[in-house]
Amino acid sequence: MKKLDILMVGVGGQGNVLASDILSEVAIAAGYDVKKTDTLGMAQRGGSVVSQVRIADKVWSPLIREGEVDILVSLEKLEAVRWSHYLREGSIAIVNNQSTPPLSVSLGVHRYPSDKEIKKTLKQWADRVYFVDGTTEAKELGDIRALNVLMLGCLSFFIPIDVAIWKDCISQRLSPKILKMNMAAFDKGREEMSGANLR
Amino acid sequence: MKKLLSGNEAFALGAYHAGVMVAAAYPGTPSTEILESIAGFDDIYVEWSTNEKVAMEVGMGAAYAGVRALVSMKQVGLNVASDPFMAASITGINGGMVVIVADDPGVFSTQNEQDTRHYAKLAKVPMLEPSDSQEAYDLMAVAFELSEKFDTPVLVRSSTRISHSKSVVEVNRSRPSSTKPAAFKHDVEKYVMLPVNVRLRRPVIEERLVKLNAFAETFPGNQIFRGKRNLGVVSSSVAYQYAREAFPEASFLKLGMTYPLPQNLLHKFAEGVEKLIVVEELDPFLEDNILAMGIRVMGKEFIPRIGELNSSIVEEAGYRAGLIAEPSPRKTVLPQGLPGRPPVLCAGCPHTGIFFVLSTVGQRSKLLDARGKSEQEGKLIITGDIGCYTLATYPPLRAMDTTACMGADIGQALGMEKAGVGNKVVAVIGDSTFLHSGITGLVDAVYNKAGVTIIILDNGTTAMTGHQDHPGTGISAQGKKTNMVELERLVSGIGVKDVKVVNAFDIKALRAAVRDSLETPELSVIIVRGTCSVRLRERSGYRAVDVDKCDNCQVCLRIGCPAIQKLDEQIFIDATLCAGNACTICEQLCPRKAIGPLSA
Repeated sequence: MKKLDILMVGVGGQGNVLASDILSEVAIAAGYDVKKTDTLGMAQRGGSVVSQVRIADKVWSPLIREGEVDILVSLEKLEAVRWSHYLREGSIAIVNNQSTPPLSVSLGVHRYPSDKEIKKTLKQWADRVYFVDGTTEAKELGDIRALNVLMLGCLSFFIPIDVAIWKDCISQRLSPKILKMNMAAFDKGREEMSGANLR
Repeated sequence: MKKLLSGNEAFALGAYHAGVMVAAAYPGTPSTEILESIAGFDDIYVEWSTNEKVAMEVGMGAAYAGVRALVSMKQVGLNVASDPFMAASITGINGGMVVIVADDPGVFSTQNEQDTRHYAKLAKVPMLEPSDSQEAYDLMAVAFELSEKFDTPVLVRSSTRISHSKSVVEVNRSRPSSTKPAAFKHDVEKYVMLPVNVRLRRPVIEERLVKLNAFAETFPGNQIFRGKRNLGVVSSSVAYQYAREAFPEASFLKLGMTYPLPQNLLHKFAEGVEKLIVVEELDPFLEDNILAMGIRVMGKEFIPRIGELNSSIVEEAGYRAGLIAEPSPRKTVLPQGLPGRPPVLCAGCPHTGIFFVLSTVGQRSKLLDARGKSEQEGKLIITGDIGCYTLATYPPLRAMDTTACMGADIGQALGMEKAGVGNKVVAVIGDSTFLHSGITGLVDAVYNKAGVTIIILDNGTTAMTGHQDHPGTGISAQGKKTNMVELERLVSGIGVKDVKVVNAFDIKALRAAVRDSLETPELSVIIVRGTCSVRLRERSGYRAVDVDKCDNCQVCLRIGCPAIQKLDEQIFIDATLCAGNACTICEQLCPRKAIGPLSA
């Protein structure tokens, strides 16, 4: 693996920052240099959140350049489109099938893009676009908050790092109370990708 | 041991391992987590101070007493603390004193984009700048040694990208097994800054600067990396990382100490390369100082002085400066016409109700266009302040007319009233901000017989920076029970006669209180009290919209609650966001009684 630039995006409160922390710790455990940076809005919840994770033998800038992202993981559909210009040609996009309309959509000022438009935009750059029913699956597993780890499971499928390292890092970060469910979410995410049909 | 640490976590651990005994700060993005991290060590004293000035003074006192002290703040915090900071430069310290200040290039969460580096020159103190978390950790040891060796506070300048990026840190030190106990040695000529003593200290400060100049020449943190001779780059902080990517073949002089600058080293480096460029964020601080040494250097005519840099911006600037070949274009298209997702007040926010009341009582939503420019005169003028509640500026609430700096709203309201504006002026300030620097404004308002209404939004925390405690919460920075400053007693004690305390989630009571205060010509204070929804322990009774009763009048959308959403012409409430029984503002407002508990 020469370098891997990963963008994890979502809406404040979805667990984006924790998931990208775990991803970074996985990469360190696997012997790589890592830099990661989060951009959060002013308030605690509801704004657009972006975590950039750079993995390589040596990383200089913590910021990924536009057009250089290898894998985009989006916890919300509109956010996937918002950051699509970071994708390089031939990249992968994993998108959670959830629409959280921002206020301007609710107020009727803007229109939320259709699934067709979302896919078309991502397909301009990404070779492979996967839509995952992560929110529904996390709910079925017992807690919607397991969504971030489920998406990590999806991501792990494309990264040549041993599954044991992923699980080890997840168990170090999460409290024992919620660990079992999150491990199930991680496995569910991997399973989704291994059996995924390109949509 | 390798650890993934943010710059702020690395600062905290580095300072702890350097034997720091006292740490003080006021929360401010992007510096907050420095104190939060170090508060986890219970064998040292850590406090949230009421403001940065007090934090600086606490640090000075500890350093005067001979122990190592850490003070941290965001860049505008240093404006507040600049008085004691300048004084600490003159008196010098005794135990080491390090001041970490985090800038915000790109303005992610600040009211300005100032460049803190000028303060080092102004105060004649040394300044260190890390370029990643490892250096943030390492430089803490250097900073405390420098401080004690040269008897000076040391400024460590960070930035959003340094403080909030995480990178690998080799933790190779541990806390010293013993630290020097505190002991203050009387020294009137050093510590009592009467003019006669200041005159004695002035030459000491200038001599200190000369010695620091000599130190900078040999400081190992100022490093030359030899590359090709055709291009030399001088850089520091995170800009260095961008420059390494943009100019992979160039020679580099990386400065870990950016004030005072190593003049001989810079001359030597400049002579060894054909062209020289300075890559720095914000002002041409390095550039101006290097030019003053008589060294020809490029810089801000190509590198933007506004906003945050990145590798692409630096590379593009290098191309325009004729230093590198044209970069291969990356195929990117910025997606157009997408709905924005600006930060909003959270669902269940205790600020929502009062701003809705101010917006409707003041008939503001009709008056202001989307850019906040008013064609007509509003019924109310609302001076605002710094906090989550500044977000009430945006539609649909549109309930704020000014925001300048911490505590400014009260003085501004007073100034408007005394200037003779025809409208009633309302000043809005958060609890933590009021304690930070609203108190003196209120004293002024009482003394000078103001007739304004001051609304203190008491959510029991410093919410915007991530829920830090403050004197009004009765909990210390290290999570222990402590004395609590009661706002209503404080306000009454200052001499305000009309003080009301109102439940933040009772729209009728809020409206009655605002109307009553607006009618009286006297000074009035309304304390609007309600728990920050992010801190709610238990949530129940999520609200839902009864689609049979809802006639789509959209009144509920006017409060700007992110849980209330509309897709495909149907209004619904996102139960994962709704604060339920703790809030119910939408239910109180719905004219069709279409909103109620989900289970009902």
